[in-house]
Order: sequence, then structure tokens, then C-alpha cells
Amino acid sequence: MFKNKRNLLAAGVLLLIIVATITASLWLKFPPTHIDPEARLLSPSGKNWFGTDHFGRDIFGLTIVAARVTLFVGVVVALLSTVLGTITGLIAGYYKKAEFIIMRIIDGMLAFPALLLALALVAALGGNVTNIIIALTFAFWPVMTRIVRSAVLQVNNIQYIEAAKTTGTGDLVILFRYILPNVLSPIIVQGTFIFAKAILAEAALSFLGVGIDPSTPTWGTMLQESQVYITIAPWFSIFPGVAIVITVLALNMLGDGLRDAFDPHKKNQKKSTKKLFRNRKQKYA
Amino acid sequence: MLQYTIRRLLSLIPVMLIVSIIVFLIVHLTPGNPAYLILGEDSSQESIEQLEVQLGLDKPMVVQFFSWIGNVLTGDLGQSVYSSEPVTQIIIDHLGPTFSLMVISLVLTLLVAIPTAIFVVWKRNTALDPIFISISLLGVSIPEFWFAMLMVLCFGVAIPIFPVAGYIPVAEGAINWFYHLFLPAFVLAAVEIGLVARMLRDGMLESVNQDYTRTAKAKGVKESIVLMKHVFFNALIPTTTVIGTTIAGLLGGTVIIETMFTIPGIGQLLIDSIYRRDYPVIQGVILFIAAIYVLVNLLVDLLYAVLDPRIRYD
Amino acid sequence: MLEVKNLKVHLDTASGIVKAVDGVSFHVKAGETVGIVGESGSGKSVLAHSLMQLNPVPPATYPQGEIIFENRNLLDLKEKELRKIRGNEIAMIFQDPMSSLNPVFKIGNQLMEAIRTHQSMSRQNAEEKALELLKDVGIPDPKSRLNDYPHQFSGGMRQRVLIAIALACQPKLLIADEPTTALDVTIQAQILELMKDIQKKYGTAIIIITHDLGVVAQLADRVLVMYSGRIVEEGITGDIFYHTSMPYTWSLLRSLPRLDSDIHQRLKSIQGQPPNLVDPPKGCNFSPRCPFVTEQCLEVDPSLVDRGNGHRAACILSESEYEERKHEIQDIEREGVEQ
Repeated sequence: MFKNKRNLLAAGVLLLIIVATITASLWLKFPPTHIDPEARLLSPSGKNWFGTDHFGRDIFGLTIVAARVTLFVGVVVALLSTVLGTITGLIAGYYKKAEFIIMRIIDGMLAFPALLLALALVAALGGNVTNIIIALTFAFWPVMTRIVRSAVLQVNNIQYIEAAKTTGTGDLVILFRYILPNVLSPIIVQGTFIFAKAILAEAALSFLGVGIDPSTPTWGTMLQESQVYITIAPWFSIFPGVAIVITVLALNMLGDGLRDAFDPHKKNQKKSTKKLFRNRKQKYA
Repeated sequence: MLQYTIRRLLSLIPVMLIVSIIVFLIVHLTPGNPAYLILGEDSSQESIEQLEVQLGLDKPMVVQFFSWIGNVLTGDLGQSVYSSEPVTQIIIDHLGPTFSLMVISLVLTLLVAIPTAIFVVWKRNTALDPIFISISLLGVSIPEFWFAMLMVLCFGVAIPIFPVAGYIPVAEGAINWFYHLFLPAFVLAAVEIGLVARMLRDGMLESVNQDYTRTAKAKGVKESIVLMKHVFFNALIPTTTVIGTTIAGLLGGTVIIETMFTIPGIGQLLIDSIYRRDYPVIQGVILFIAAIYVLVNLLVDLLYAVLDPRIRYD
Repeated sequence: MLEVKNLKVHLDTASGIVKAVDGVSFHVKAGETVGIVGESGSGKSVLAHSLMQLNPVPPATYPQGEIIFENRNLLDLKEKELRKIRGNEIAMIFQDPMSSLNPVFKIGNQLMEAIRTHQSMSRQNAEEKALELLKDVGIPDPKSRLNDYPHQFSGGMRQRVLIAIALACQPKLLIADEPTTALDVTIQAQILELMKDIQKKYGTAIIIITHDLGVVAQLADRVLVMYSGRIVEEGITGDIFYHTSMPYTWSLLRSLPRLDSDIHQRLKSIQGQPPNLVDPPKGCNFSPRCPFVTEQCLEVDPSLVDRGNGHRAACILSESEYEERKHEIQDIEREGVEQ
């Protein structure tokens, strides 16, 4: 899984960000809660590496601390979407009768651009961390359902599963012991991508002013506050944005790398001729 | 083909039903009394009751839903609480800028993505491919609004060569129209370019190793023609489905981009309505966007069928 | 017309360099049919593809050897010059007709592409030529079928279309890589019949690559037997079948059902697996699976030895030693059956 250097790098970057934000209070020299009207909108310096914001707070510290809520929202949305999507996907893929109803609802939900659905939900529910999580989960899990269902349909006809069915193994056992392990790789890959998308979406909603309250520092709320000062203090806008890009890029790289690592065809792309031989052999057999 | 089209059209009915239920529920999810939320804290009991009657909130939910859906089917999306204008008219008034923005972005996306993918596949055994993969991953990792901020900073403030706000209708001069929309359209397209080019590249690389590509080479056909004819057209078919998702991405993006570049389109209307708690307009816009998206996906599916003879003749 | 000298083709894979073709020499005369037989993985397809340099690069490299076609070494030619030969002077048909035609273009388009790539011809003339070709390969109602897509054809019909494409420029040499493997048995016979007719009509030389000795017996004038990237026996078809001089060929023949054989005799499969081409065994490559094996075989790598009449075999056993061993094995087997 981590054979690939790129995967290793991406996982390392993510781990670093997570550890940094959790342990922030232990090592940050300038706590981001420290307000200093004298030091408003200072440009980056040896003291304030990323400069200061309109309250004179250290942007470096603020960026580190803001990662907490941002990552928390991302992780929870990814986990909830994965659980919901996996359960509904398994049911839809396994029970023909439930399939029709579940997939029509999913189709309906997928008829909205994800960001708009989340936007409308947050507008209705009100902007706070819990509601953002609910809205984003609602926006992202239908994709997971669709992916899990098509993966289940692919393995459903494999002989040992057919065999398990004919020997009277219970549905739950078949679903969780036989089918789930076989569809795990697309679930993990998609879960990683949802994590990335949730971070982007949270930032966008907060930026539009319908998301998390500006008093809670997230990268999105920081960028929203910075917008007014973009011409006089561009660093205020640049650093939180860079933080988002690095985190989301690491997640996307990891997802992409995992997909390649799980894909038996892609793994051997360099050995394309060998694949040719293998296919030929199968034809003879 | 006719059968396929009919089947596809019929499948829209349950989807649109679910869509309308979701849109209807969005407003009714609102904690507390919508009329109270719309009018604000210091409104009188009388005016709240009056608004409740106007919005039909005093009736049972199922009745409300069916009367709403009945109106929707006749093209009546209700009345704006803010301006008292019919919602349908408000949406029509805001259509032009959004449509212009989408068209320019889509054209821009395809114009950049297609040649890029072909070039990358042509040079597939060089360092270009991993570089391309990294750039396209970076593209989908940048928040759209932040990229817009950077572009405004670069081309609106530092080197002011593009206008960063406002919209000029085509009727008042196509060049000026394009000039004002170029920067927002470019920002909107940037993310989608990476996605579409990546899909096309993946499809073409798969096609490159297919037997029919070898047949074409064995005929003595030039590598460039093999790529642009045999490989490209086979990769194009699965890529059409991406155009559906691209349009969804663009629709979602317009909300942000229109707000940032002050373009008076559907997206800005939605955000303004959210601030004003103008629920009938919010409902109308969301329903309208979903309907457009469903329609686009229908067209994409039909296009897929037209391009792929295996489906067309089925 | 075609002369291959000491050709080597290596495939650079993640698990090492595969010597897919390891020093092969042979020739093809004008109008002749040469069969190349071997198991899957013996390198025969790579060899066929390398004649037109159609192996994907990477992983394929051509470190050594010459492919002389009409006094030109094809390995020295530039891509542009090579293109003038591909499909024009040398044409190829492939194993799997189901996937060898582009699914999104009409048959007529793909056929006319082959014609117009090498001949400057108006669309109309090309269409007439395409019709003629489809008629030649036995496709009924060719006029309307020009506008059909590949998925509207059966496997056998698609192979006929591919043969028509190959014949578009009346090539001097036609390379057929397992042309019947993917087809039903009845269709196989029709396609082989068609290839015979074509050779009569066009005078094309044919190289037919197959794992099916029956195909070779029907079609080929001469046969090359390939094993682990090398030619291990070569000769006119009759000699290969009736004066076999190499244990591998003998084993191959015994794995085939024959009408004249004793009905009690079982078919004998060849024991073991083809050798690893990244790290081949010491001595003779076939020695680990050879029923004739002697101690010497594990040390000496045999080269092709002339047995007269152009018949050559790569085995260190002399003709008399070979016959003696053969009878011994057959005797042991007979005793086994009687007991």
C-alpha cells in the first residue's frame, strides 16, 4: 500500500498536519487567541511567519489551530458518508426489491450539484459545525452508495458467494463476511476523496458566509474574513488557502495512489506485454 | 434508439419526483416557524399569521406539497417574499449571465482539455505524463473561491488587464461581454479542465493498448492519425459522461464565482435569497438547477448513445 | 524475400528482462507458406509482431539481429519508411477478430483507410476496391455491409473483414497470428480455406503462427517449431510430421489426437511448464521437461543441426540415439498399459 513514494509522501504530510494541530497548544509561541491592536495586518516576518490578521493575531498559529475544525468536519463527513453509503449500497446491490427504491432516491439526490445541495441544507438548518456535517454528509453519501452498489453487483455472481447462498448462509454473514471485504478497496478510495471534497466544500460554505460562524477559526472562515483585506494584506488570504491546497492535494494524491495500488491491472502497467500473455493464456485454458 | 430514448425519458419521472420532495422538504426542515424567520424577531403576531396563510403554512404538509407541486407543473414557482415578484420571472431575469458564464467555461474547458489529453498520450512515455497527473490533481485540490481571489489579485489589482466585476449583456457588444466574463469563466473552468483532461487521458491510454489500435498501426497509418482518429474517438465516448459532471461542477461553481465577480446570475440570486431568507426563491432556484442538471444528463446519455454504435443499433 | 538473421527481442518488464525471442534465424521465399508453431509463451507472437515492429515500445527492445525484407533491413528503417511497408508490402491479421476492429467506425471506413493510406485514390474508387475485397473474402451482400459496424458481424465474418483489410494493397507477405484460435471449429476450417484461395489468387507469401499443428499440416509448406524464444526444429511439413528429430516436437505431436493411432493409446500431455525466460535453465531449455533427457543435456545448449533436405533440429542426440530412446519410451508405455 505504501510502496509508492507518492503515497508515502501524501500520508506523511497528512500525519504531520494532524499532529501539528493536535499538539499546537504545546509548542506554538504566539497563541492565536492573543489579540494585539498594535500589530494589525503585519506582513510576514521572522516573528510572525505568515504575518498577522486584522486583530493582530498570528496567522501561522491561527492556520495551525484552524486545521482542527476543518479536519474534524472532513473526517466526520467522510466517515458518516462511508458508513451510510456502504450500508445502503450493500442493501441496494444485494436485495433486488430494495434496489429500485434506494437507487431512485439516490438518483434524485444526485440530481443536485453537491455544493448546492449542501448550501440549501445549511441555509435551512442554520450554520454551525453539526449542521455543516449533516449537510455535507447528505450531499456526499449518494455517490458512495452508487459505487458500493456497482461493486457489489460485480462480486455478487462470484462462485463462492453463490456457493455460500446455496448452503443457506445467512444474508448478514454473506454481506459482511463475504461481500464487504471484496468491495472494500473502492470504499476506501472514495472515502479519501470525500474527505478531500468535504474540506473544499466546508471552506466554500464558510467563505460564502452560510457555513461555520466566523468566531470559530477554520480555513474557510479565515479566508472569508481576509477577503476585505486582500489588496492591503494578501498574506492573510494566501496562507490559509495554501493550507487547504496542501491538505486536499495530499488526500487526492493518497486516493489516487490507493486506487492504483488496489487496481490489479494498473499495478502492472509497465508489464503490459506480460498482461497480454496472461490474457492469451486464459483464452487457451 | 427510439426505445432507448423513451425508456430514458420515463426514468426521469421518479427522479424528478424525488427531486421535488427534497426541494420541498428543505424549507420545511427549517427549525422553527419559517414565517417568523423570514420576518425577523420583532414582527407582530398578525403579520406572521398573514404570511403563514400566504405561504400556505397553515395547512397539513401533504396538502402543501401537492398544491406546491401542482403549481410547479403549471410553471408557477410562487412569489418572492422579498420583492413580491413571481419566482419564475425572477429566475428568467437572472438566466442570461449564468448561461453566458457556463457556455464560455464549458467551451474553454473542452478547448484546453482535449488537445492537452491528446498531447499527453502522444508523449506518454516521457516525463510529461507524471507532470500532467500532478497538475490535474493540483487543479482539483484548489478551492475555487481562493483561486478566484488570487486571479483577482493578479489580473485585477497587480496587473489590471481584466475587469473583476460586472456583467455586460451580449446585446450590448459581444466583445465587451466576453471581456467581462473571461476571468470568471477561466476560474470556473480551471478545475474542470484537469478533470476532463485526466478522464480523456485515462480513456485514451486504455484505448492505445487495444487490439484495434494495433490493427490501425499494422495498416501503416500515421501515429498522429491513429491517436486522433482511432484512439481519441473511442476514449471520447466514456468521456461524454464527464461532461455531465462537469456541468454540475460549473453549476455549483457559479454560486461562488457570481458572488465574487458580482455577476447578476442565478448563483448570486441564490446567495442573496439565502441572506434574505426568501424561501420561495431559494426553492425555485434549487429546483430549477436540479431540473437543468437532470436534463443535461439526459442529453449526455443520448449523445453517448449516438456516438456509440453498439448502443445506437441495439 | 524475407530473411531473419539471429533476431533477438527483449521485453523489459518489472521482473527483469524477458528474452522473448532469443536468436532466431529463418527465411521465407516468395509465395511460400511457413508455419510457426509453439506453446503459448514460446515467443512466436512476439516474433511475428517484431517483423513489423508492432510490439509496444516499451517494453520491447531489439538488441540484436537483422530482418532483411527485399534487401532492406527493417530494423534500420525510420518510422516513416516502416509505415510505407506496413499494410502495403507486409500485412498482418490478428488473433482476436472481436477486438481487432475499431468498434466506433464503419467497416467501409476501416477498409478504405487501409486502401487510401498507401494508394492515392478517390473515395469512389476506394469504395469500389473495398467492395471487390469484401467479395474476395466471401462476405455476402458486400455493398450494404460496408455501412455496418463491427458489432453487427459474427466472429468469422470479422476475421474475413480483417483479411480483406490485410489484402487491401496486395502485400507480398501476410503474417497471420493465430488467425483461427478465437473462432469456432467449423468457422476455422472456412477461414483456412479462404487463406488457401487467397494465396492462389494473390500469390502472397504467408507466415502462419499457431499452436495448432492441424492448421500447420493443412496450410504450411515449411514449419518452424519454437520453444522458449528459439527455433528448435525446422523443415518441410512432411519431415516435421513424419521424421521428427526433436523431443519437443515429438511431444507436441503426441499431444494431438490422430485418426491412425491405436484407440487404446492415451494422448500424452507435456509435463511441466515452459521455462522462465528471465532466467532460463542451464543447458538445453527443454531439458527439464524432456522425456529423452540425458546428463549431457543439462550442460550443453544445443544448436540447430542439419539433418538433410533443409531439415534442422536442436538436439544433441544423433539420429540413431534419438530413435533408440523413442522406442524405449514407447516400450515402457506399452508395458504400463498391458499391466
